Amino acid sequence: MNINIIGFIKAAILNGAPIMFGTSGEILTEKSGNMNLGVEGLMYMGGAFGLIAAFLYGNTMGSSANGFVCILIALVSSFVAGVLGALIFSFLTITLRANQNVTGLALTIFGTAVGQFACEYLRVQQGSYISVSTELKNAFINPVMPEFLQNIPFIGELLFQYNIFVYLGFVIVIAMHLFMNYSKKGLYLRSVGESPAVADAAGIDVEKYKYLATLIGGGISAIGGMVSIMTLSGCVWSKEGLAGTGWISVALVIFCLWKPLNSVWGSILFGGLLIAYIRLPLPFLPAQIYKIVPYIVTIIVLILVSIRQKRENQPPASLGIPYFREDR
Amino acid sequence: MENTVHAIEFRNISKHFGSVIANNHVNLYVDHGVVMAILGENGSGKTSLMNMVAGIYYPDEGEIFVEGEKVTIKTPKDAFNYGVGMIHQHFKLIEVFTAAQNIVLGLEDEKMDMKLIASKVKDIASKYGFDIDPNKKIYDMSVSEKQTVEIIKVLYRGVDILILDEPTAVLTPQETEKLFNVLRSMREQGKTVIIITHKLNEVMEISDVVAVMRKGEHIKTVRTKETNPDALTEMMVGHQVTLDIERKTPVDIKPRITVADLSVRDNEGNFKLKDVGFIAYGGEILGIAGIAGSGQKELLESIAGLRRVATGSIIYSPEGRSTSNLVGKTPLEIREAGVAMAFVPEDRLGMGLVGGMGMTDNMMLRTWRSNKGMFVDRKEPKELAEVILNDLEVKTPSVEYPVRKLSGGNVQKVLVGREIASNPSVLMSAYAVRGLDINTSYTIYNLLSDQKDKGVAVIFVGEDLDVLLQLCDRIMVLNEGRVAGIVDARVASKEEIGLLMTKNMEEGVH
Repeated sequence: MNINIIGFIKAAILNGAPIMFGTSGEILTEKSGNMNLGVEGLMYMGGAFGLIAAFLYGNTMGSSANGFVCILIALVSSFVAGVLGALIFSFLTITLRANQNVTGLALTIFGTAVGQFACEYLRVQQGSYISVSTELKNAFINPVMPEFLQNIPFIGELLFQYNIFVYLGFVIVIAMHLFMNYSKKGLYLRSVGESPAVADAAGIDVEKYKYLATLIGGGISAIGGMVSIMTLSGCVWSKEGLAGTGWISVALVIFCLWKPLNSVWGSILFGGLLIAYIRLPLPFLPAQIYKIVPYIVTIIVLILVSIRQKRENQPPASLGIPYFREDR
Repeated sequence: MENTVHAIEFRNISKHFGSVIANNHVNLYVDHGVVMAILGENGSGKTSLMNMVAGIYYPDEGEIFVEGEKVTIKTPKDAFNYGVGMIHQHFKLIEVFTAAQNIVLGLEDEKMDMKLIASKVKDIASKYGFDIDPNKKIYDMSVSEKQTVEIIKVLYRGVDILILDEPTAVLTPQETEKLFNVLRSMREQGKTVIIITHKLNEVMEISDVVAVMRKGEHIKTVRTKETNPDALTEMMVGHQVTLDIERKTPVDIKPRITVADLSVRDNEGNFKLKDVGFIAYGGEILGIAGIAGSGQKELLESIAGLRRVATGSIIYSPEGRSTSNLVGKTPLEIREAGVAMAFVPEDRLGMGLVGGMGMTDNMMLRTWRSNKGMFVDRKEPKELAEVILNDLEVKTPSVEYPVRKLSGGNVQKVLVGREIASNPSVLMSAYAVRGLDINTSYTIYNLLSDQKDKGVAVIFVGEDLDVLLQLCDRIMVLNEGRVAGIVDARVASKEEIGLLMTKNMEEGVH
């Protein structure tokens, strides 16, 4: 059996990129004590509206369309779609104090349906598949690093031959790590997630932090859906390609122990596990078994974490619990 | 007084929680550079009064002055701005943060330079004689270290008036001594310290002046040097009030529950009950008195089988049946043997009733096991619910109306009524009249007395000493998980019980 290790790692990183967005967004959300199980829905919305925005831009501009502008438009559209989705969640759970699990699941159902509806509607209206021109497609998937870096043997191939979203993901994750661990606002955010009552007594605006973290986190997660559609599904709406990415992201949050930096290698690992059935096929193992491996790994991690009882590795203490000031 | 500007002054402060009066027109002041103790029983309004200057509660009526200036304090942050900081009984700390991170939480002007912050923390610690590691995580800390963090958190904000709510409740004697040294050094540096307590020995040891509160009112402020524990106890418990509770002399009493050497530990391994021994007789009401958290709850739960017993035995001797040890039996077995418990915790519904269900369904919680087959019988529970509704005058639209929506008194009637309906041979009730009006309270007292006359062993955990003295036949006083004494309720005085409740039991408990 001839296995191309570097090729496999590259594919794992590319396939892991959407999960990295989904996971880092959800980590930000959960650090504020909100558990948004609507990531799957947010990623559908991000994917659908990112694609639609890029399509409309390409259609309007015709041959003068600029690849970089198109990427920006897709980014902003998917982010805004995610923020709006998370706004529904935030309003229901933070302001109205609805149950977070139920609201999150409802958001998944809502978001997947909205994404599917928007793309199908446009497809029927256009009378053909909605996609973008080859130049724009290439803008999304082509490597962005300078040629000389890409040409470094081995290292260039391993580190510098990715599309722009992989590097954007790294930047977001590192920024989030620095924010949470070294900034005052990050400390405040974590205190809100650990004990809103303590944060409130210290004069921190609990609702503001919960809203901002959930909205921005939702936006980042939604970008992941767009990345999946534009880089992995060839800029064509693909319900199947997106299905489950959001849930894998939620599982990866646990796997990462709520630490942003872990989502770098975590998403590469999960990305690898997702494509292992193509790249590392074993004749006696059906593909379905491969697909459940990420979830099994997550369960094992959960068990290990709860056995070792290390306090830093536990979820934010108030995760999933609505906060009433009068409850003190 | 030579100095008219007081550190804090309360003028005519009142605070109500629903129909309960926590503070009733309190006038009280504290001077600079003193350690003041606020002494009072549970529910005397000490903590709620202090919470009003700390920004937790807002007074319904009256004015607060800090440093002679009239202030409006709505949040703990406002309190800090006026130089007032309070250390609560339940620490407000983030477990996964370090001491230094907790200390700077919410300080907008502070840069996130953890090294600088840590050195400032160290400075404060050495100034007052604390011992602290700013980079230690809270979850690695002992209770006393956590308290230190809380105190430094307040001092870091430049507070001049420090309020501590029962600071020694969780400390060992050595830690208490250390804390008192710190408080003394704060006084030397001109800070004002207010300590809320019910421990007389600590009042005598640490305070310069002591303000006594009783039933929401400020009774008197005296200089500690000019008073003594007996005088303070008398102010604290007040004169005996005659209630008109009918109490018959017990006849034909027989031992029903014999508790010997009972010890119970909490999750941290500290003793909540230590070597408790007593006998509860059928045909008698045994009262249990004590400061809140002296082991009353643990005792009842041990008897009911809800708590693991470390050592000791609970021998149950029912009428006409053989005796057995209740330790190790399941709560269901114990209940079926005839031990009923009507426990009314702070939130009333917590233990015993399901808030979303009506009276009928709550009755069914006790009866459904005796139903045969797949379906439950709703007829009998409904009849029982209607009997309780009529006999105890429960005010509810119907027996199917969710009990959560009833007023507190009616919830308690339902709870006590159901437990009595099971014809128990032991009836335990805790805080059965908490928050009830006078008439409803008497209904409950009469119910308990009726049970006693029927030969039931009644165990009554109460807060109000007047009630205990006039309802019960004997009173056992718990103090820090130990039996401080068992007195005859017909001859005992309030002062006697008050002293048993507050005397120092510390040797060997921790």
